[in-house]
Amino acid sequence: MIELSGVHKSFGPKQVLRGVDLTIRQGESMVIIGGSGTGKSVLLKCILGLIRHDSGAITLEGEDVRTVERDAFLARFGMLFQGGALFDSLNVWQNVAFRLLRGSLKRPTAEAREIAIEKLRRVGLTPDVADLFPSELSGGMQKRVGLARAIAAEPDVIFFDEPTTGLDPIMAGVINELIREIVVEMGATAMTITHDMSSVRAIADHVAMLHDGVVKWTGPVARMDDATDPFLHQFITGSAEGPIEAVR
Amino acid sequence: MILLYPLGALGRSTLSALAVIGRVAMFCAQTLSHLIRPPFYPREFAHALMQIGWLSLPVVGLTALFTGGALALQIYAGGSRFNAESVVPSIVAIGMVRELGPVLGGLMVAGRVASAIAAEIATMKVTEQIDALVTLSTNPMKYLTVPRVLAATLTLPLLVAVGDIIGIFGGYLVGTTRLGFNPVTYLDNTVDFLELWDVLSGLVKGAVFGFIVALMGCFHGMHSGRGARGVGRATTNAVVSASIMILAANYLLTELFFTA
Repeated sequence: MIELSGVHKSFGPKQVLRGVDLTIRQGESMVIIGGSGTGKSVLLKCILGLIRHDSGAITLEGEDVRTVERDAFLARFGMLFQGGALFDSLNVWQNVAFRLLRGSLKRPTAEAREIAIEKLRRVGLTPDVADLFPSELSGGMQKRVGLARAIAAEPDVIFFDEPTTGLDPIMAGVINELIREIVVEMGATAMTITHDMSSVRAIADHVAMLHDGVVKWTGPVARMDDATDPFLHQFITGSAEGPIEAVR
Repeated sequence: MILLYPLGALGRSTLSALAVIGRVAMFCAQTLSHLIRPPFYPREFAHALMQIGWLSLPVVGLTALFTGGALALQIYAGGSRFNAESVVPSIVAIGMVRELGPVLGGLMVAGRVASAIAAEIATMKVTEQIDALVTLSTNPMKYLTVPRVLAATLTLPLLVAVGDIIGIFGGYLVGTTRLGFNPVTYLDNTVDFLELWDVLSGLVKGAVFGFIVALMGCFHGMHSGRGARGVGRATTNAVVSASIMILAANYLLTELFFTA
């Protein structure tokens, strides 16, 4: 279980998170929605320790993320980055098996390659992709490789940062389905950041709406459409009228 | 009151410069501490050796060849004013191994390598590859900085040594074909006046310059701003700062080696 309470983060005079309280239960798929610049990515990076939060507490199964042993902590996470964040200098299978080729999870090269190819298959890619370089792949394929890398070491928690950004609707649908299937199959806890409402409906068990540095609404995805919160309502209907100021 | 504005600007610039010096010093200390602590990445190190050492050889070699030739012409022209044309072989050799070999080699490698390192790491930062490394339990300092700094520190002395030989050969070519020196006498003069410390001091300078080049490339890459502009600025800053630091370090090392 991941618990956030009163998490604050500022960059200079700009307060991005102003006291975020959120609980993500074991095996649950939580989707964080909110407009651009509302601190969704910052929140995710604070959980991972990529950014240090100023105050408040973030715990993973009761352990404070700031004091926990980093390697063991990060070994429990997988992450799919918005742009894939594949390493240009490594080919596809080396990207997928990155964790399995070094560090505490190191395996023999042949075994790591085999696992990588199996994970590539799991995300719908054929083994002949394994020896290509990221620059030779389309955007959708890069996302799939990023997804394969995120699940390669069988993590307990998987983060997805804007998994469908930049993809056509059909490919976005395919990625959403893959994410849902993999999360259910692995029994992993998942946290997804997105603006894409079709992703929310496909991936989420629970939804949290972040606005102005705080969680405005949280609840099961089934109750999202009936919620009376004006911020959430404006966001899911995509209306320009409402409490969220739109710059025109 | 308006007279105080320049003072305020000067104060801000000084503070900002001191902050950068502090960050570079911290980065240098972190690099050195990671240099001696596992895990190590031999594959990254081998790749860096190839990129920094082997692929810089043509640039350093050509620079040394033309510099050695030009040096021979200059010394001959200058020496002829007081009938000292015969010093050409010894001055070319000493000039190349003590100063021009390491400094020009360092500057050429700074142009080629510091820019490439800064651009690569800055692009990795912009595209979240550095964050990805962290989430994959890999310390970017160990994986990106240490192999490059170590490779540059070890390969630049070798590049300088090769550059010295090629530079002296450039002087020899010009001396024997254009200035009428006897080939055997030229080589005898070169060997007779060159001391071991002349060569070693140049190689030590090479190692220091290699460290500076890679450190500046990595520092500016890791601290780059966002977008294409951030990458461009990191690349420029890496080359400029590495070049200035090479010239400053060269003066300090020369002072240390030859006047103490």
